Amino acid sequence: MENSTVDLSAIERVEAARTAHLTAGAKPAKVLAHDVNVYYGDKHALQAVNVEIPDRGVMAFIGPSGCGKSTFLRCINRMNDTIASCRVTGKITIDDQDIYDRSLDVVQLRARVGMVFQKPNPFPKSIYDNVAYGPRIHGLTANKAELDEVVQSSLEKAALWNEVKDRLQDSGTGLSGGQQQRLCIARAIAVNPDIILMDEPCSALDPIATAKVETLIDELRSNFCIIIVTHSMQQAARVSQRTAFFHLGTLVEEDSTKTIFSNPKDQRTQDYITGRFG
Amino acid sequence: MNEHIVKSYEDELKLLDRRIAQMGGCAEKLLVQALGALERRDPKLAESAVASDATIDQLERELQEQVIEMIAKRQPIANDLRHIMTVLKIAGDLERIGDLSKNIAKRAFAIAGESHPKPLMTGMRHMTEMVQAQLKQVLDALAERNVEKALQVWRSDQQVDAMYNSLFRELLTYMMEDPRNIGLCTHFLFGAKNIERIGDHTTNIAENVHYLVTGQAITDDRPKDDQTSSTLITVPHS
Repeated sequence: MENSTVDLSAIERVEAARTAHLTAGAKPAKVLAHDVNVYYGDKHALQAVNVEIPDRGVMAFIGPSGCGKSTFLRCINRMNDTIASCRVTGKITIDDQDIYDRSLDVVQLRARVGMVFQKPNPFPKSIYDNVAYGPRIHGLTANKAELDEVVQSSLEKAALWNEVKDRLQDSGTGLSGGQQQRLCIARAIAVNPDIILMDEPCSALDPIATAKVETLIDELRSNFCIIIVTHSMQQAARVSQRTAFFHLGTLVEEDSTKTIFSNPKDQRTQDYITGRFG
Repeated sequence: MNEHIVKSYEDELKLLDRRIAQMGGCAEKLLVQALGALERRDPKLAESAVASDATIDQLERELQEQVIEMIAKRQPIANDLRHIMTVLKIAGDLERIGDLSKNIAKRAFAIAGESHPKPLMTGMRHMTEMVQAQLKQVLDALAERNVEKALQVWRSDQQVDAMYNSLFRELLTYMMEDPRNIGLCTHFLFGAKNIERIGDHTTNIAENVHYLVTGQAITDDRPKDDQTSSTLITVPHS
């Protein structure tokens, strides 16, 4: 082989610029978890998790069922608070603020950390009201015109506006599964969060709806910190820039998605992603 | 390594290994036939070499089809993806080795009637044996996933280059001594070049074995010694 320097193609250059901060460590982490343990009663569900999640990018959590990835995701907006037997120790900070601090307002936290679930769960209200719900209860808009604008821009960002702009008063539950999921994403981003948590957002969708949601995730990542739990290896490889592999309640390996899916360091990661787990 | 949960996936990977091993075996055999055909100016052996090359081509097509189907069906990642992709690339190298060997064998037809100075063949045979040994070793390295063996092959290609240089000079000298040698020597020169190229494909395979096992490309510069592209021998004025 000749010793020539390879010129990066245009796409690679753009991608490199978009994700440079994810590898350079120039910006501090958006979410920082230090020695996080979660117990459900006596069960030690999550053991000593340490991870840094960068801003403006997609981090994927992968691992077999029951490995703790959803449990950890739910720690980030304190959804686990609603489970009586659940106890969380260790420290999780968002922008250096401890989210388990007693003085912290959990409702405000959940406005900053939006969540999208496996099954689309629109409110049994109109499409408009589904998106307007968050801004209304948080008092984010001063008048109807402003609210209209937030609803439109959120639906636009969720790539749903063109499909629903003529029927905003129709019920949200009347949309197709993929549209409902994008409506839920629009509802999550309407309150202008910093972080969007997605717990298997495409597992109930057909391939076309999945492709639309994935395209959306790819667009949203320039403005949000997105954390996605997925059982689809291909999806994790496609949408994320960093990937963390959980197994039996521990975070086994966290690295750039490229490394995890081409040459992971830990044998357990390799066995899992290639379908060799016994 | 643990086996796949999906048994048929595991079976497909094993079949892929069997196919590449079979291709490797055919390529080794073909190289032996090619040298034999040239050495003994034996058109029969040359014909069987041509037939063996067709077998290699067929095996490559089958392997390629299997790889495409596996990528579509399994969406392989990590070590599985490296396995499938490197086998595909190695198949390409083996196919080229087959072509080059066939080309050597075909020269047996052309030189069948020529007189054959014995010492000429010695260097040729020596060089071929060296490349044969390397091909065998790199195929073993592939079957055993042995990086150290692959690296040995990768480093030793320099010796083949050195031998090619001396053979090149030797053939030029014969041609200058007696113009009646030119036809034969030109065929030998192309044959020697082909063997040198087979050596290069062998080192490509070694690089792929290294990547397959470690996930890393070999980044060092490979030691090379082929100087024939700048070699000239001037005719002494009498």
